[in-house]
Amino acid sequence: MNSSFWYMGGYARYVWPCVAFACAVLVWNFWSAQRYLAAAKRRAARGLAMAASEAR
Amino acid sequence: MWTWFYKLASPPYVYGVAAALMPWFLGFAAIAIGYGLIGGLVFAPPDYQQGDAFRIIYVHVPSAWMSEFVYTTMAVAGAIALIWRIKVGFAVAGASAPIGASFTLLALVTGSMWGKPMWGTYWAWDPRLTSELILLFLYVGVMSLRSAFEDPARGDRAAALLAIVGAVNIPIIHYSVVWWNSLHQAATVAKLGKPSIEGSMLWPLLSMFVGFMLFHGAVLCLRLQGEVLNRERQSAWVREAINS
Amino acid sequence: MSVGAWEAFFLVILREMRLSFRRPEQLLQPLVFFLIVTTLFPLGLNLQLSLLRDMAPGVLWVAALLSSLLSLDSLFKGDADDGTLEQLTLSGQSLTVIVAAKTVAHWLVTGIALVVVSPVVGTALGIPTSAFATMMLSLALGTLTLSWLGAIGAGLTIGVRRGNVLLSLIVLPLAMPLLIFGAGATDRAMSGTSVAGALYFLAALCVFTCTLAPFAATAALRITVE
Repeated sequence: MNSSFWYMGGYARYVWPCVAFACAVLVWNFWSAQRYLAAAKRRAARGLAMAASEAR
Repeated sequence: MWTWFYKLASPPYVYGVAAALMPWFLGFAAIAIGYGLIGGLVFAPPDYQQGDAFRIIYVHVPSAWMSEFVYTTMAVAGAIALIWRIKVGFAVAGASAPIGASFTLLALVTGSMWGKPMWGTYWAWDPRLTSELILLFLYVGVMSLRSAFEDPARGDRAAALLAIVGAVNIPIIHYSVVWWNSLHQAATVAKLGKPSIEGSMLWPLLSMFVGFMLFHGAVLCLRLQGEVLNRERQSAWVREAINS
Repeated sequence: MSVGAWEAFFLVILREMRLSFRRPEQLLQPLVFFLIVTTLFPLGLNLQLSLLRDMAPGVLWVAALLSSLLSLDSLFKGDADDGTLEQLTLSGQSLTVIVAAKTVAHWLVTGIALVVVSPVVGTALGIPTSAFATMMLSLALGTLTLSWLGAIGAGLTIGVRRGNVLLSLIVLPLAMPLLIFGAGATDRAMSGTSVAGALYFLAALCVFTCTLAPFAATAALRITVE
């Protein structure tokens, strides 16, 4: 990549933070959704284990 | 037709479909967003008026569109859940809220970053940005209301009703903000978007739209699985779903 | 003994009015709040009457919205806590009629009071007398609409701890069109331009909420109570 691409015709300090923030939002969305699902799975597994120990 | 509808209402079916679809959504989203970013940032020519600053629309316009699309999804899912007592609808509504709020925030931040070089200020009370800000408040209200109840089922229904009331109000809010702006803003403000679009500019933008939609689909699938699990902890199918 | 819907509507309104006049401090507190908030603005800005006059419609409307929100919190709470609401629904009347009556009573007590004291505040803020009619009419329409929106919010937040903050969070974004058109109408009356557009829009919003909000508020109560 040449330097004029990164320079963005003088608008680099507006364009690049926007792109970076967009990427951050996308990554956050995916990461937080995965964490949410993992937590739900853990909680469900714990519930199943408790139910099993009570049944015994 | 109706059997398909009933299937969609069944939590284990939804859980399975969401798990199966997620990687596909994510893969195609990566392709579409990747092409859109490269095409928009590298290959599209600079706009004749706005120069390279117009490239912000490649992230701003899709996220603004998504913020409204996701709110509509949330309100429609809530309405379906309230009217036909389909619990999966609440799960979809609950999964949508944080995604939509994050897209709204993205649209606001990129909009004001675009405003600085164009208007000379980060915030000019442009009608679209102001409506977007109010939309963010609506999202926050729905999310807070959902979490405010100790009984999650009650929170679900209350949040769904609020989302519907908000959806009815969104056009009113938008047009009143436009009216207010036309009354108070003497200076002509350049409108965001609508640069003279030509093919090499348009295709990456459309690709970003598709990519954001697909990405939203992927995240929704993940969150939806979580929401369904949280609601169905006692059901028999959960054991198989977890162990698989 | 069965009573018609209209009769029940007016009976509930009468009961609400009687209850609120029995405790006049509850009536006065929102009004005093309204006066205090409008006093804060001149103190916070430097005292230039021309500047103040430019801001007056906005200040007046923001204060009116906030003070009428204050009393909305208790719209259904007392009756839900002591079981009156259940008794009223058991009476065979539809809940919608009761909700509508309570909301209208709320407006009659708080909204009309705001309209009545608004000339005092308007004078203090430098609003010319010629704009008073528009100001009062817009306030009357706006507070009624706000009472309806607030009824939905109050219904939704009944079972919630510290529900009053949440109530403001929910209702204020929905109330922004009121602020825009209400302050807009007053502003235009002050500058002598036509106020019809803004007032028509306020009236349209009012009719719109009057027709739909009772059902939404009833649905909200069904969700949070029972």
